[in-house]
Amino acid sequence: MRRLSGFNVVSLTLGFTFLYLPMVILVIYSFNESKLVTVWAGFSTKWYGELMRNEAFLDAALVTLKVAVMTSTLATILGTCAAYVLVRIHRFPGRTLFAGMTYAPLVMPDVILGLSLLLLFIGIGLDRGVLTIVLAHTTFAMCYVSVVVTSRLVAFDESLEEAALDLGATQWETFRLITLPIIAPAVISGWLLSFTLSLDDLVIASFTAGPSSTTLPMKIFSAVRLGVSPEINALSTIMIALVTVGVITASLMSKSAAIRKAKDEKAAARA
Amino acid sequence: MPQTVFAPWDDPAEKPLIQFKGVTKRFGDFTAIDNIDLDIYAREFFALLGPSGCGKTTLMRMLAGFETPTEGKILLSGQDIGPVPPNQRAVNMMFQSYALFPHLTIWDNIAFGLRREGRDKAAIEARVEEMLKLTRLAKFAKRKPHQISGGQRQRVALARSLAKAPKLLLLDEPLGALDRKLREETQFELMDIQEKTGTTFVIVTHDQEEAMTVASRVAVMDEGKLMQVSTPDAIYEAPSSVYVADFIGDVNIIEGKAHQTGTKLQIDWAEGQPALSATTTKNFDLGQTCYMAIRPEKIAISADRPSGANVLQGEILDIAYLGNISTYHVKLPTGHVIKAQQANTRRISRREFTWEDKVWISWTDTAAVVLAQ
Amino acid sequence: MRRLILIAIPYLWLLALFLIPFLIVVKISLSDTALARPPYFPQLDLATGWQGFVDFLRELDFENFTFLTTDDLYWKAYLSSLKIALISTALTLLVGFPIAYAMARAPEEWRPTLMMLVILPFWTSFLIRVYSWMGILSQGGLLNSFLLWLGLISEPLTILNTDTAVYIGIVYTYLPFMILPVYAALEKLDGSLLEAAEDLGCSRTSAFWLITVPLSKQGVIAGCFLVFIPAMGEFVIPSLLGGSQTLMIGKVLYEEFFSNRDWPVASAVAVVLLLILIIPIVLFQRNEQKQRESEG
Repeated sequence: MRRLSGFNVVSLTLGFTFLYLPMVILVIYSFNESKLVTVWAGFSTKWYGELMRNEAFLDAALVTLKVAVMTSTLATILGTCAAYVLVRIHRFPGRTLFAGMTYAPLVMPDVILGLSLLLLFIGIGLDRGVLTIVLAHTTFAMCYVSVVVTSRLVAFDESLEEAALDLGATQWETFRLITLPIIAPAVISGWLLSFTLSLDDLVIASFTAGPSSTTLPMKIFSAVRLGVSPEINALSTIMIALVTVGVITASLMSKSAAIRKAKDEKAAARA
Repeated sequence: MPQTVFAPWDDPAEKPLIQFKGVTKRFGDFTAIDNIDLDIYAREFFALLGPSGCGKTTLMRMLAGFETPTEGKILLSGQDIGPVPPNQRAVNMMFQSYALFPHLTIWDNIAFGLRREGRDKAAIEARVEEMLKLTRLAKFAKRKPHQISGGQRQRVALARSLAKAPKLLLLDEPLGALDRKLREETQFELMDIQEKTGTTFVIVTHDQEEAMTVASRVAVMDEGKLMQVSTPDAIYEAPSSVYVADFIGDVNIIEGKAHQTGTKLQIDWAEGQPALSATTTKNFDLGQTCYMAIRPEKIAISADRPSGANVLQGEILDIAYLGNISTYHVKLPTGHVIKAQQANTRRISRREFTWEDKVWISWTDTAAVVLAQ
Repeated sequence: MRRLILIAIPYLWLLALFLIPFLIVVKISLSDTALARPPYFPQLDLATGWQGFVDFLRELDFENFTFLTTDDLYWKAYLSSLKIALISTALTLLVGFPIAYAMARAPEEWRPTLMMLVILPFWTSFLIRVYSWMGILSQGGLLNSFLLWLGLISEPLTILNTDTAVYIGIVYTYLPFMILPVYAALEKLDGSLLEAAEDLGCSRTSAFWLITVPLSKQGVIAGCFLVFIPAMGEFVIPSLLGGSQTLMIGKVLYEEFFSNRDWPVASAVAVVLLLILIIPIVLFQRNEQKQRESEG
């Protein structure tokens, strides 16, 4: 087994310190008694209390969650369709345009996406609100889903589908009974990815939101423009904690599934 | 004047090129190499043969310098090479995966080691051209490794490792990635190149046929130990243990109790059966457990009872037709199944024996080897 | 029939919500500013029929684009975005490569954990990650306090609201984009290639430059594009960490639209930004293609 050289240990230590220290500091200072974020004045959870009483934040959080759930569900359906079409249907008119359109939003700057969608909504006279944010978020999130699902579909052994067809399943049954269960992990990660993308987005939401549909990132942005605030630290801590718990749970679950699979295979090999 | 046979290992005046002295290698609590002593001589084509995990690759990697012995010494021309890093050893290695640099052309791959020596341009060019010619690759010099076939890649790897004219060339399963036919051709090519360049080759392989074909001597390894080091014919005809006999080629092993008079040995092997006889130079105690190892091709098969030292009757259980030969599995009344081989000198339609035929099998008393373990 | 629906749904969605909006941006960038609702001219009125359409086309011009070249705010903003994106891409590579390299060399059983540690920040809010630096970089912030305490400086440095803070912000937030492709390339690197190089007389260092670097080239290129392309249009980082003199085109566009309500100019800014980005995007695509081919 290889041992890490000193240089590599230093790189890893410094690298991960750089990645995590700012967030650790943020979390620590969310428990600071003082309003001044740079002076430590003792432990306190009062900012969490303040946060809970701040209705504007709670409303924004609710809007954001609503948007994120709708976006991720729509984006997962559309993105999975798009991936399936791209991987399995090799020929149809306008395929190149379609492939380009599923790829372009990934590299398009947020400001341009936001601006163009806003101009569309104004053009067709659609009132801005939760609906317009969902439409906008779904448009770019579905492209991410499509990328995730595509990579799974490409790795997928096509003979499994052919075997199902050979055994008399219709195309739809094949998709439902064979393809979907196998690509399910990618579909689920696609859903989670679009959920966080939607939760996270500031720029596109700023363009497409109406006066009554302020999202949490918009709220945070306008608050932090004025400077560091302990309430935002508390809010950030909650969000970081949720994500950490979520990601660790997910990875533990997939790890235990992998272990179970390895165990089963070992047992099968012995039998 | 008789032609001199290449056998430096029999000449006490000859100095070995490589000496392993009490070499042990451990990885954690796992002992990969267990106290090995071994001499390899200049110009030898030496094969390390054994199943995967027997330590043969570790032994080779210690020669290349990628592993250092936990205990013991390795000498190259009498010098301890333990402290010499791989990039300063006069030893080159041909990797199992070939390890061709994918971003360099064939030409640049071969020139890679020469450039590290800081030779002048003309010398490098001349040497690379020479290597390309030796390995018949001149046409492909400008290509990248992924643009040539597996057999050609193998030759590039060989040319690259030979370019620096090492004292010792290590080959790690050099033909493992080739298909059977190409492998056989390449074996002869390797021997030819080895002879032309006069380089000492140490080859690692798990393919016994390959080892037997190319090597001047073969070391059979198991679990970090050397089981036998000898010429291919000695290993085949006079294996030192049941393990070696069984690992090399096909063999029938009959267990019994020894009863020795001089060089004659009687073996009681089954209740109510006449003892089998063999000759041996070894000494067995009376009643000692011994194993008679007999190669299938040394067993004759006939319809009528022959005369001879060892004659047994049985019934044909199975026939494996291999084209040039057929192997008959003969079941004895004792339950033993003995494999006997016969050359198919006649066309198949006129085959003598078929399933369930009663036949006689026989072998002479010098055909078998008797082993103590 | 089912197949048609399967194609049609995502296709129509993207046409309606990606391509058409973009064409609208192009169209408005060719229009004139007007004090009206919506604040641009001409409006396409389909009721006027073919003649109306021709008149409409006649009213379009490149005035806004000429304006962009004459007002130095814009071309300075483009140049400064380009500069900031380039420098921060180089810095990200400098920081990211050693980390990716160390990860690829780490014992196999650590690697999934290290990967997770790199990916975890992805799932955390981008805004929060940028925000976390505000408290560190400010005048009375932790970095200054730390440096003062060490005695390296005698009075606090101004870092927040400068370009330096923007560089730090971009390197910090986009670091995983650099690490992942470089790590993927390094991890694939067959260890026997390095052994072969050593066997042929290379020192460790020269084996690194002759083998490791050229073979991780495509990962490095991919990582650089993944950082450069979004950094070019970045809005949040210059808004929160940059100063008033930090010019980045994303910020200019945002302000042009919301503060000045000059839609045609904002659209023109967007079109030019996209034209600038098309070159790296196409190059990136080609790099990916090449990588796929060399693997297949």
